[in-house]
This record gives sequence, structure tokens and C-alpha cells, in this order.
Amino acid sequence: MITIDNVHYSYASNIEALKGVSLTINDGDFIAIMGQNGAGKTTFIKHFNGLLKPTSGTVHVNGIETTKTSVATLAKNVGFVFQNPDNQLFSETVEDEIAFALKNFKYDKKTIEEQVTWALDFFSLTQYRKTSPFLLSGGERKRVALASVLAWNPDALVLDEPTIGQDHEQKEKLRQFIIQLHAKKKTVIMVTHDVEFVAECNPRVILMRDGKIIADGIAKNILTNPTLLEESSIVLPQIAQIFTKLYPLGLPTDIIDITEAETILLAANAKKQEQLT
Amino acid sequence: MSVFDGLKFRKVSSPIHNLDPRIKFIYVIAIFISAILFSQILPLAILFLMQLPFVFLAGVQKQWVKSLRGAAFLATFIFVINIVTKFFYNNWTIQFSDIEIALSMTMRFVVLVESFSVFFLTTSPDYLGLALEQSRMPYEFAFAFTTAVRFVPVLAEEAQTIMDAQKARGLELEKGNLLKRIRNYIPILVPLIVSAIRRSLELAEAMESRAWGAVKKRTNLYLLKLHKGDYILISITAIILITTLYLRFFVTIPSITYYINLISNFFS
Amino acid sequence: MAIINISNLVYTYPGASKPSIDGLSLTVEKGEFVLITGPSGCGKTSLCRTFNGLIPHFYHGELSGQIIVAEQDIISKQTFDMAKHVGLVFQNPENQLFALSVEKDVAFGLENLGMNREEMRKRVDWALNLADIYNLRERSPHEVSGGQQQRVAIAAVLAMQPEIIVLDEPTSFLDPLSAERIFEVIYKLNQEQGITVILVEHRLDLTAKYANHLVVMDKGKICFEGNPRNLLCNEEISHIGVGIPKATLLYKKLKTAGFNVNQQTPLSSDELADQLLKALKT
Repeated sequence: MITIDNVHYSYASNIEALKGVSLTINDGDFIAIMGQNGAGKTTFIKHFNGLLKPTSGTVHVNGIETTKTSVATLAKNVGFVFQNPDNQLFSETVEDEIAFALKNFKYDKKTIEEQVTWALDFFSLTQYRKTSPFLLSGGERKRVALASVLAWNPDALVLDEPTIGQDHEQKEKLRQFIIQLHAKKKTVIMVTHDVEFVAECNPRVILMRDGKIIADGIAKNILTNPTLLEESSIVLPQIAQIFTKLYPLGLPTDIIDITEAETILLAANAKKQEQLT
Repeated sequence: MSVFDGLKFRKVSSPIHNLDPRIKFIYVIAIFISAILFSQILPLAILFLMQLPFVFLAGVQKQWVKSLRGAAFLATFIFVINIVTKFFYNNWTIQFSDIEIALSMTMRFVVLVESFSVFFLTTSPDYLGLALEQSRMPYEFAFAFTTAVRFVPVLAEEAQTIMDAQKARGLELEKGNLLKRIRNYIPILVPLIVSAIRRSLELAEAMESRAWGAVKKRTNLYLLKLHKGDYILISITAIILITTLYLRFFVTIPSITYYINLISNFFS
Repeated sequence: MAIINISNLVYTYPGASKPSIDGLSLTVEKGEFVLITGPSGCGKTSLCRTFNGLIPHFYHGELSGQIIVAEQDIISKQTFDMAKHVGLVFQNPENQLFALSVEKDVAFGLENLGMNREEMRKRVDWALNLADIYNLRERSPHEVSGGQQQRVAIAAVLAMQPEIIVLDEPTSFLDPLSAERIFEVIYKLNQEQGITVILVEHRLDLTAKYANHLVVMDKGKICFEGNPRNLLCNEEISHIGVGIPKATLLYKKLKTAGFNVNQQTPLSSDELADQLLKALKT
């Protein structure tokens, strides 16, 4: 559990990036943090593993205050995957890359071996075990980065812009991974601009603006609120756009899922055909 | 919005910032030569004071004080070394004139630091790059200079991200003995170097696509033209140089010790 | 009139074991808006690099086949000669801007061509205005946002007044709103200036509506090509892993279920919403 209580954060340049943020993230939550550039999202998530410490206010991870311990200790509980895999890959083989954190955390040889094998398998990377990560494609490198964090089995996983630069198929794979992690009762927190991806994943959505949280709720409610999204420079998901336009027909407007959209439209059509006959 | 904000230059406008960097450079060299030619405290102090109007006109007092503070250690060092050597040389005695010479040497150093810092504090890198382009230097050098300046903040920010990413994987930079600490930086350096290489490839590709090397003689969007202020500065520079040479070779500059002796003789 | 004509192109990067482009032929007409899509590693980027001769002149490697762009034979021309005809905009905005001010960056290509200062000034201002960044001209490129940086990169190639602009995933680092602005700028250039546009993109939901020529690539080959409306309702296309716009997908689902909305495949949510409004109005 991560508890954030009235956190303020200012950079050295005296710019206040967080202006009093409070949030409770329960075990097993699946959260998407959205908002325009400069809203404070990245600053916010860096508080979850102590990379940044609040200027005022407190952050507790599993009851421990982040100012009272090291990043390395917190990282064991909260795994953090950065946007660009190239900002972390450095090892000679994929296997070494995945083992890096496990060695830092002083796991014994046997556990390291087991965890690496498990992570390689989970991200379908087993065939690249002995390959240099630099020879892999962009999507594969992203998976190595994910595996290198998931390998130590943290309770919570923070993903910074996981879909950037990923093609349709890779995004779909990523969504499957997240679903599986969620099923294993892991906490997943992602920061993203990708409104379609969020609509497909259907998490709890937190909207940030100007260093504050301005909305917190289920995707269906937040992603279909045009005024709220416009304030954050986010476009509505395609399905929501369609249903906003269909407002004169008296259909519900809080739809983001394509299957649900299909059901409603077919029903509306059936009703109309009935009236005609 | 990061600690590296200080590295990014911002366009500032002031009578000093708008001066042609080439002229400013000549001025700095003139001050440099004057400071070397004089070894008495009086003219050196005047040279020091002469920079103050520049600092205030440019509005860079704060940064200027900072750079002087940075030089304070070396200045003290120069002073102490001078005193100590004299002390040994003169059989463990020290005279007032020795202190004056030590002070002069220190002042000379401060003047050098001061004039160069005024130059760099008031010359934006793109203006400097432009000056390099329009001097007779090959364009490649000027380009390398501006590109370096352009990418310093980008790479610094990237280094920070890489450090965060590795710390998030349990890397503790400050742990272990010296050798271990150096090894700790491998996970930071490798991604940084790989990314720098990738960047330079992408840059080269973009340059090629924008007709790099199409003609032998490139043209330039901007033309550095001399304005009123530049002519004034050239005149000031010339006056300084002429005065310096005249004073140095035709006038005996009295030292403070001389005056002190004069005064003490008067009383005795 | 064909402005690009590629026939039987096979290209292998130096040291690579298999070709990145494997027997590709493509004809682009003047004034078209071409959208190229396909999974990562399908050869889209390599194809872009052939349009101005970066392949083979910059990358070397093995090349066979013929590439004629704007009546120039790529093989015998240098990249700097092609720069006047083809402008390339790359994925990462950060790595294609070199100067310390926006307008100087836009002028970079013209300086390389040795253009005189008065003419250059006019061209730079014209390009800045078209990309809607005239007010940023004195700023430093790293002071402005990613979306603005990418518009600087577009202005920089525009200044050279090319007949073709090629953009390789120009918005993949941008948020959807900034991305949309980029696409609108590109569309305007295509419509108002008659510039042939070649856009490589994954996000068809944002771009399909602008294109009149869609190319789907896989494994170094073109596997589908044609009008996006006809192509995107093709069942096989989804098997290659192309992100079909949600509106098109929903339309297909409805059609399969017997709800025949309209004969024309919609490419954007607006189009589908209009069709649905008409069909369901009582």
C-alpha cells in the first residue's frame, strides 16, 4: 500500500511541481495517471520509490516513510520501468541484464537463476537469453526492461509511458502482461498519454493538472467527461467521441468499450426496425 | 524543470550582451595584456574597477560575484605562496613591500578571471558560435561548438534519467571501496555512451537530409554588423592599450610602499 | 504524373544477414497523401531513407533495383542534391535540431545551399508561418515543447521548398493533441501547397482520414496497397497487426451483425457518428 499525504515538491529552480497531492493506492490497484506535460505526473511517481523525497508532506510505502530509507530498499517493493529501455540496458546478455537488480538485492545464486528463467519465459524472451540486448528490436528491448524489473517480483509496478514508440501488436502484448499482473494481485501504476490504451485497459484513472489531482475515478466516468479532459489537453477515446455525437438519440454517453458500444447500437437499431414495422 | 536548468542559456538583452563578441574578445585580450604588463597594485586595482560598469550594465552582478567566489581559493593560494617564498628568501623576515607585491600578483589574477567571466557571462553561446562562423575558422569547428553547447543540457538530463533508472534497480552508487565505486558507474556510462552514439548518427542523418556539404561556401542567415556600441568599445580598448603602454614604459608608477615610506619619513 | 517510382528494390544493410527491403515496387503520384504502416521492423524506416538517397549513400550496404524520385535517379545523385526535392522529418525531434535558435535551425539547409541572405530570410519566415511557429523563431529549440520541436523540424525541411515531404513516425513521442496538430499542419501543406506527403504512422485512428493512398508493409514487402476505405475493411489486414481505427472496427462489427449503416467505410469517429445519426434517426 502506498499512502501519499499532502505532498509538495519543488525543484532546485523553485518551481513547485507538486502542490499538495494526497492519494491512497491499495494493493492490487490498477491505476492510470494522465494529464498534460508539466502536470507533475513524472515528479509524482518518482516519489513512490524514493527517487524524489517530498519537500513537505509524507509518502509511506507499506507503512515505511520514504525519507527514512534508501531507494534500493523501497525499490524492492516498488518496481519502476522507465519510458526508454535504452536508458537502462547495459549488460552483455539479456540474462545478465535481468539478473542485475537481483544481484544488487543480494539474492542467492539459485533464486537468481530461477527468477531470471521465470522472467524470460513470462516475457517470451527465452530464445534471447544469451543475446546482447543491443541487438534486439525496440519492442523486444522494452520487454527486457520490463523483465529486468519484474524479475525481483515487486508488489507494485510503476510504468512510465509504456506504449510510447510501440506498435499495435506490442501494445496488445503489453496489455496482456498488465492483465496477467493484475490477476496476480500486483499493483500496477502507469503514466500515459495514450487514451485509447487506457480505454482498452479500463483502470482507475487519476487526472493531474498543474501539480494537483483534479479527478480520480473509473475510466468510464473520467474518459467520457469532455470538459474535464479538455482542461488536461486529452482527447476523448474514439468510442466516447462517437457516443458524445450520438447524444441526440438519447443513448448513454459514458461508453469507452467497443463491445459495449456494439451491443448498444445493435439494440438501438433493433428498436428502430421494430418501430418501422 | 530540473537541476540542469542552469545549463540552458536564455536570450538576454543588455547593452553589453548586444556587443559583437569579436570586439568583446579583443577588449578582454587588451585587459589581459594590461594586467600582465603591470605589476603594481595601483594600475591593477584600476583595471579591476574598470570592469564594474560592464558588470552592472549587463546586469550579471550575481553570477559575477559567484565566479569571483569560485576564484577566491586560487587567489588566496597565490597570495600565500608569494608571501611564503618571500619570507624564505629574505631570511625569515617580511617587509611591507613584499605584501604589496603578493597583493599585486593576486589582483592580477583576479583581473584576468574577472574580465573573462564578464565575457562569458554576457555572450550567449549562439552569438559566440556565430562569431566563430564569421571568423575565418572552418565552419565545422563552429558547428561542433554550437552542437556541443546545444547538447550539454540534453545529455545532462539523460544522465540523470539513467541514474534514476539504475537506482530503481537497486544500484547504490556510493557503496563500497574506491574500485567498487568506479565500477558502480559502468551501468550509467554504457547507456549514456550508447545513446550519445545513436544521437550522433541521427544528427548526421538529419544533417545529410538538409543538404550538408552541398556547396563549398555556406551562407549565413545572420550577419554580424558593428553597431555604435561596438565602435565605442573599440575606442575604449585602443585608449586602454595606448595608456597602458605609455604608463608602462614612460612613467614610473609609484608603489604604495613608496607613499608609506614618504609619510613615515615625514613624521620622523 | 508519378513523382516516385520504385521498382524491384532489394536492400541489405552492411553486415545484416537478410534484406530489410525485399523486392518492393511502389508508385506515388504527385500531390498524393501516402500513409505507410506496418509492424515495427517491417522496413518502413529503411524505405523512407531511400527517398532522398540516405540509403545507399549514407548507409552503404547492398542495393538492387531502381529508385526514381522527382525525376532524379537516386543512385547517381548525392543526398544533398536530393534535399531540394525531398524533405525528411525523423522520429525524435531532439536529434534533428542543431542550432541554438529556431529560425537559425530552419535556415540550416538554405545556408548549406549557399542561398543569399535576403532570399533566405523570406523563405525562413514563410516556412515558420506555414508551420505556425513564427512567434517561436528566437527561442532555443530545447526550450520549446516536443510538438513545437517537431514543427520546427517540418519548417526546416519546408524552407527548402521540396516537392515531397517524408515523415517517419513524427509523433510517436508526442501526446495525442500535439500529434493532431502536426497532422493538421501536414494535411494543410498537402492540400494548399500541393506537396506530396509520405507519412509513416502506427496510429491509423488519427491519420487514416487524411490519406488517399495507404501502404501496408510487412517483412520488407508491401502486402496491401490502395485506398484506405477499401483497404481497412479488408479482413486479412488485421492479421498483420495493423491498428485499425476503432470507428472502422466498430463499423465492421455492426455490419457483420447485420446493421448495415452505410456503404462507405468510415475512417474517423466523426464519419461513423454521422452515419449512425442518419441511420438511427426516428
